[in-house]
Amino acid sequence: MRHLETDILIVGAGGAGMYAALGARSAGAESVLLVDKSLFGRGGATVMAQMTVAAALAEECPDRWEWHLEDTIASGRGLCEEDLSAILCREAPARIREMDAWRVGWARRDNGRIAQVTAPGHSRPRCCYVDFLATGPAVAATLRRRVARESAIRRIDNLIVTDLLLADGECAGALGFDLAAGAPVTIAAKSVVIATGGLTRIFRRNSASANMGGDGCTLALSAGAELRDMEFVQFFPIGHLAPRLVGMDPIMWDPFRYKLGGRLLNGAGEEFLEAYGSDESGGYTTPRDRLTYAILKEVAAGRGSPHGGVHLSFTHVAPERLDEAFGPVIARLAKNGIDLGERPIEVAPIAHYHMGGVRVDSRMESSLPGLFAAGEAAGGANGANRLSGNAIPEALVFGERAGRCAATRARRCKSAWRPQIASRAVDRLRSAAALRKGEIAAVTLLEELRDLMESAVGPFRNESGLKAAVERLGEMRRALAAVAIAEGGPFNPTLADWLELRASLLAAEAVARAALARKESRGAHQREDFPETDARLAKTQFVAMNRDGEIETRFAGQSA
Amino acid sequence: MMRIARLKVRRGEGEAVPRYDEFAVPFEEGATVLDALLWIRVHADPTLAIRYSCINANVCKTCTIAIDGKVGYACTTRLVADRQMTLDPLPGKVQLRDLVAETRPSQSD
Ligand SMILES: Cc1cc2nc3c(=O)[nH]c(=O)nc-3n(C[C@H](O)[C@H](O)[C@H](O)COP(=O)(O)OP(=O)(O)OC[C@H]3O[C@@H](n4cnc5c(N)ncnc54)[C@H](O)[C@@H]3O)c2cc1C
Ligand code: FES
Repeated sequence: MRHLETDILIVGAGGAGMYAALGARSAGAESVLLVDKSLFGRGGATVMAQMTVAAALAEECPDRWEWHLEDTIASGRGLCEEDLSAILCREAPARIREMDAWRVGWARRDNGRIAQVTAPGHSRPRCCYVDFLATGPAVAATLRRRVARESAIRRIDNLIVTDLLLADGECAGALGFDLAAGAPVTIAAKSVVIATGGLTRIFRRNSASANMGGDGCTLALSAGAELRDMEFVQFFPIGHLAPRLVGMDPIMWDPFRYKLGGRLLNGAGEEFLEAYGSDESGGYTTPRDRLTYAILKEVAAGRGSPHGGVHLSFTHVAPERLDEAFGPVIARLAKNGIDLGERPIEVAPIAHYHMGGVRVDSRMESSLPGLFAAGEAAGGANGANRLSGNAIPEALVFGERAGRCAATRARRCKSAWRPQIASRAVDRLRSAAALRKGEIAAVTLLEELRDLMESAVGPFRNESGLKAAVERLGEMRRALAAVAIAEGGPFNPTLADWLELRASLLAAEAVARAALARKESRGAHQREDFPETDARLAKTQFVAMNRDGEIETRFAGQSA
Repeated sequence: MMRIARLKVRRGEGEAVPRYDEFAVPFEEGATVLDALLWIRVHADPTLAIRYSCINANVCKTCTIAIDGKVGYACTTRLVADRQMTLDPLPGKVQLRDLVAETRPSQSD
């Protein structure tokens, strides 16, 4: 079996993973291995982000990172881990300026200053971007170039990390499956960084790529590390729903609604936000969780649009203003048969970002020594609700930090690797990967999983739905052994599905159990049966796996 | 009457003599080749290997294949209802399985 040795293994090559590799290098690491289950720098959310990046650069007006922190904490509804939020806000300007020096191409004003706009929830213009709707692609391309210059960073694509391996209670490496070779690989590492991104792919309506099924949470959980805030999944209120739109990010409408005052209308063509206590006469100011709530309530009351959302209308905007604001996008929309001057489009909440994730300290180390996490896979900085524009800086800032701290650890400790620590996981993976006739296909169960999560663990939750979901997820977990696996070889899609399903089921169950245990509504977690926020529950919830492989939750202050 | 899109899809591992499978997929206005391939994986043949990541955004560029002999993105090429479309992996690359070819843009390993 193929075996690799490295000082630092980084799992996932999005913004967080690539920055972690660079951070490790600048801290003097000599051997860094960056693996991704997709293609390097292309598989996750980073390359897909089209909007803005928040950082208190004070280019447009006075700003301080402390004010960014105030907004972040207010948005987090009492649950931000303030040390982590402070790191995010304090270090974001340095990362954004570093990216600027690496020629990411932040949009600039005529006076040469970096352009910053006010995104919802921010007290002043703080969010920079790359034109036109190219923030994520530019960030990803810049980091790909920087990483490619470093010969000490070895990159491997198409490698799914499936298990973390422990020696003497510390993380000592990982097991992976090389999809292209169709074979397992063991990796010895002194530090491992999880940078696998989010889990929004487990919901039916989502903005995710194919690789965002929550692998990082499952890897950490299965290795005995704690997760946190798993119940908080941010639903982006006005995701694209209809007509079919390709070649565009489904969350693209936000800045246009912001710039042009796009109107939200129910199925009967009436404005409805005011009925939910949001007055937008002064601008586009309704926070994301409130907007999601208003839209879904309108749909539930039978006042939705034909595809089950609401209308977003720009028909009141003069054609010249539409052309000016949308620029080249107007032509792309026309290719999709969309004419905004003529007809509204349909939008609905879609799963967009996960606030929860691996519990880390200010060095980005998890409760399992040697295991670090960064980016969307790490929880805490955004509490119960993320401020828009905070996720990319989170990936960059925490990535850099995780890489640096992983390098410090790797310098201090010796490799604890022994081949025996892999044997159980290898056996399990080998038997999972063996040709197997079965009645059920993993893709079928993945489809069911997405429907189940959307309906029972989505933007609105209640006890009976959550209990039923937990039960069904358990049954599906037990059904894994009966799922059909096709003949091996390179790129076996049935095995890739099976691995995705195994990881997503556990991540989904962690979300559902945490949602069940939080008997209140707060931020992105909305319970129909507990609609009020309970001041006594302004506490973080942790999730861990017990010795029997069951997922358990506890609130901060309760003993494990 | 429901309209149908017909796809002829190259199958098999490595450089073996190509074999093609034909699939009939329900046609919906605006649907893409990738939509059809994902439909096939769920409803007809889960063993079909394809490569894609971003699905809607057209930014990852991992879904490049040959469509009727022309290189294009599966996720932006629209499905047509009236004639068969032929899908092959990206030409000039090492063929891995079905529609997946070795398309790593930058590779150090
Ligand atoms: C459509 C969209 C638009 C967005 N727009 C914005 C925005 O405008 N501003 C903002 O601040 N945020 C935005 N976000 C959120 C932000 O993009 C993400 O939170 C952030 O990019 C996450 O970065 P990351 O490096 O943690 O993860 P990702 O960029 O998602 O990268 C994770 C990587 O890990 C890999 N991976 C996963 N599992 C494994 C495994 N088991 N083994 C190996 N590799 C694995 C994946 O293939 C992927 O390449 C947006 C998100 C989406 C989906
Ligand atoms: S799937 Fe990403 S470009 Fe086609």
